[in-house]
Amino acid sequence: MLHRLTISELTARLGRREVSAREALQACLDQVDRVDPQVKAFLSIDRTDAQAQADAADQALASGTRHAEKPLLGVPIALKDVLSHRGQPLNCASKILGKYVSPYDATVVSRLKDAGAILFGRLNMDEFAMGSSTENSAYWTSLNPWDTSRIPGGSSGGCAVAVAANEAFATIGSDTGGSIRQPAALCGCVGLKPTYGLVSRYGLVAFASSLDQIGPFTKTVGDATTLMSVLAGHDPRDSTSVPQPVPNYAAALGATSLKGLRLGIVKEFQIGGLDLEVKAATDAAARHLASLGAEIVDVSLPHSDYAAATYYIIAPAEASANLARFDGIRYGARVDGADLMELNSRTRGAGFGAEVKRRVILGTYVLSSGYYDAFYLRAQKVRTLIRQDFLKAFEKVDAILSPTTPTAAFKVGEKSADPLQMYLSDIFTISCNLAGICGLSLPCGYTASPRLPLGLQLLGKPFGEESLFRIAHAYEQSTPWHREVAPLG
Amino acid sequence: MEYEAVIGLETHVQLKTKSKMWCGCANAFGSDPNTNVCPVCLGLPGVLPVANEEALRLTVLTGCLLNCEIPRFAKFDRKNYFYPDSPKNYQVTQYDRPSTSQGWMEFEYDGPEAVNGLARVRITRAHLEEDVGKSTHFDRHSGVDFNRAGVPLLEIVSEPDLRGPEMAYAYLKALTDILHRGGISDCDLEKGMVRCDVNISVRPKGEEKLGAKIEIKNMNSFSGVRRALEYEIPRQIAAVQRGEKLRQETRRWDDVAGITEPMRSKEDAHDYRYFPEPDLMPFAPTDTWLAEIRTRVVELPLARKQRFMQTYALPSGDAEVFRDNRPLADFFEAAVPGARNPKAIANFVINNLQAKLSENLAGTDSVKFSPPDLRALVELIESGQISSKIAQEVFAEMYATGTAPGTIVQQKGLAQVSDTGAIEQLADEVIAANPGPAADFRNGKPAALNFLKGQLMKLSKGKANPALAGEILQRKLS
Repeated sequence: MLHRLTISELTARLGRREVSAREALQACLDQVDRVDPQVKAFLSIDRTDAQAQADAADQALASGTRHAEKPLLGVPIALKDVLSHRGQPLNCASKILGKYVSPYDATVVSRLKDAGAILFGRLNMDEFAMGSSTENSAYWTSLNPWDTSRIPGGSSGGCAVAVAANEAFATIGSDTGGSIRQPAALCGCVGLKPTYGLVSRYGLVAFASSLDQIGPFTKTVGDATTLMSVLAGHDPRDSTSVPQPVPNYAAALGATSLKGLRLGIVKEFQIGGLDLEVKAATDAAARHLASLGAEIVDVSLPHSDYAAATYYIIAPAEASANLARFDGIRYGARVDGADLMELNSRTRGAGFGAEVKRRVILGTYVLSSGYYDAFYLRAQKVRTLIRQDFLKAFEKVDAILSPTTPTAAFKVGEKSADPLQMYLSDIFTISCNLAGICGLSLPCGYTASPRLPLGLQLLGKPFGEESLFRIAHAYEQSTPWHREVAPLG
Repeated sequence: MEYEAVIGLETHVQLKTKSKMWCGCANAFGSDPNTNVCPVCLGLPGVLPVANEEALRLTVLTGCLLNCEIPRFAKFDRKNYFYPDSPKNYQVTQYDRPSTSQGWMEFEYDGPEAVNGLARVRITRAHLEEDVGKSTHFDRHSGVDFNRAGVPLLEIVSEPDLRGPEMAYAYLKALTDILHRGGISDCDLEKGMVRCDVNISVRPKGEEKLGAKIEIKNMNSFSGVRRALEYEIPRQIAAVQRGEKLRQETRRWDDVAGITEPMRSKEDAHDYRYFPEPDLMPFAPTDTWLAEIRTRVVELPLARKQRFMQTYALPSGDAEVFRDNRPLADFFEAAVPGARNPKAIANFVINNLQAKLSENLAGTDSVKFSPPDLRALVELIESGQISSKIAQEVFAEMYATGTAPGTIVQQKGLAQVSDTGAIEQLADEVIAANPGPAADFRNGKPAALNFLKGQLMKLSKGKANPALAGEILQRKLS
């Protein structure tokens, strides 16, 4: 049952030399062999390379390296297929990158390597991180380990599946409008979208540059603090990364009482049509947090209604430029043509899936001459108002509570025909990216039948990750949800 | 009806930095294709730009040299268009908030548009962007060299203040001279460091309203710009005279055929879909940062010429020598403090020192005597201690040995003889030895005195005070 351990449990055993990194990796690979044919989280695994990393970790452990120096020494971790890992394929779950192999490491990959992690696989996602179910992957749809007729959420669906199915001890994903928190909620794990600027984006294939952040999927809040202590920090290669010291996140785990903390319930999030079980679980979570000493107060985010519209202008606009480089000229797949225009359009026509094309067209449109002011510029102004709403709310409260998703995991194919319905599954997560603040999702209960996990979202101040960890940890340690294992876990 | 051309230029100049705009790759010309490249300048998936601060400094420095305003807020934008030499298929540039704006430039030009030999062109802006790669077309395929991709590029946009091919040519010469001397760019045209697009329209003389703007691309030299304009202006005027209505378009200059031809009309114009570059933070220069850049502003040639004429009362010919030769100008300025007659010092610097230096292929740093020694030499002449002729000899010795002029005069006994008794004796000798010319003078031929004076000077080995010698000879002969 090695694969079911948390990172803190695993590192304790590795440190005592009760298990080896090689065994920890093998436990993951065995679990992949057992369940991945059903859940399809991984796009590829380089077992030889992973085993070499595990052997190196075992050598380091044997020569006395401790987890105090290398907090992830010997811990198998897998990456969303959107992060550059030198010598490994990078496809963004798209056809357009062809046989592209990344020639350099993303900053987070270097940091994970420096911390001793074993990086062992590429995880499925919606193509170029556009989607909420992995149904937009050009390869296959990953399936929810709690019910394989259902989607795992997205875009980082493979990340959530791999953690929930105990195929990896943690995974690294990216969140542009909810792509970490939504699948974490639907698969029953912990997912954090850090404050914009806290984690370097260097080496993350950009979807929407002003919204993208890299973050961890873990089995527990404690493990998330371990991951963040590795991932966070200024990077001179990313001009939007913030030059400030990283707090000691583990220190946030000490408190069990939430006395003195104020948590906000958002008036505008009390939408009609919210799933009753979701509402009940969130209300219960609020009551539970109150019982731990927190004060629950109402807050208002007046511009919440405009978040989705704003997001679906800004994100596609940035994406339309970010994805322009995939043209078949320098790397990736190419479909030849009689001239440049034909080569470009054939390559992109064959290489991109429908949702990517839809967003590139949308983004091109909103930036076009004559439409820029009405769409892009206005959206930027609304974005500022949304951020101000949050900053004002945070004058009153330390964090904001909401459901992570409006429903539990939906069926494969249920929403894929209707992009607007699909977009609405991010309704509670989107504004966090627009505001540039941090958000964490953790398990807060289950639907009755079928038994599907539900997520509680905690939104925090800019660089307020410590508060989120403190609240989430206190909640987690006093509730049973995180101890439940998925049927395919 | 008489027509006039209205011309504005967009000049692209590669900045003189060690590394590229967003990455550490070398900003170097002439390397093997695709050797100065990395994931960032190749636009590989996942990379991010980090602005080269020296490029930002050089942009602001250009603004200072071109009398521009330096806004306290500047940002970068993405300009979207597909082309294989553009690694990201967008170019990072500065769209609506450039690093510099609203300047002007003055240059020497003797055309009809000039006032007192000077023309003035307003500068709309000088903004920073990235260069693209270079395509090469072979028989059956094309190749792209990305060594140039991401090299910092300055775009200097002029107002439509130019009126003809010669003026445009003079402007480009003067602009690149300023940028070269200012340390902004090597402006090597052969290496493609300067590229220029032209915007031109024609209108009846006296008319305020501008005609249809036509852009010409693909000139690869300044004379190409001049030739393109020499072709395009009459073409547009003839069209208008025929009653044709010109439309906004972009034309391509064909250097071989010597003509411009249509490239794309306004309807086909690119929609670049500019939007703020989210990967870079806006840039807000601080006082300290700006002050440090202002210390790098050098005096421009034209300004030096004007200053030398004003401050030292030098004729324009002398001032132009100093305009074009900074080290010589510096030497002059080191010699001149305290001098009563700067022109006399300028004469020595320009005539003697410059000649010696070019004879020896040497620079002013090799000069053995100090600039104040030159002033001392001039003072020896002015106080009558040596003649101008002897001064030449003293200068040669100063140049050869670095000895101070006073010492040379003393050691070599070159001091002028102003002792009346000694000169009277010499005068008697000269008159006795040249009875013919002496008689001529007495018979009313004044020119004969010059001959006798020359003989006296010769006899004194040049040391006799010439004025005194003339006086004494005249007295003895009358």
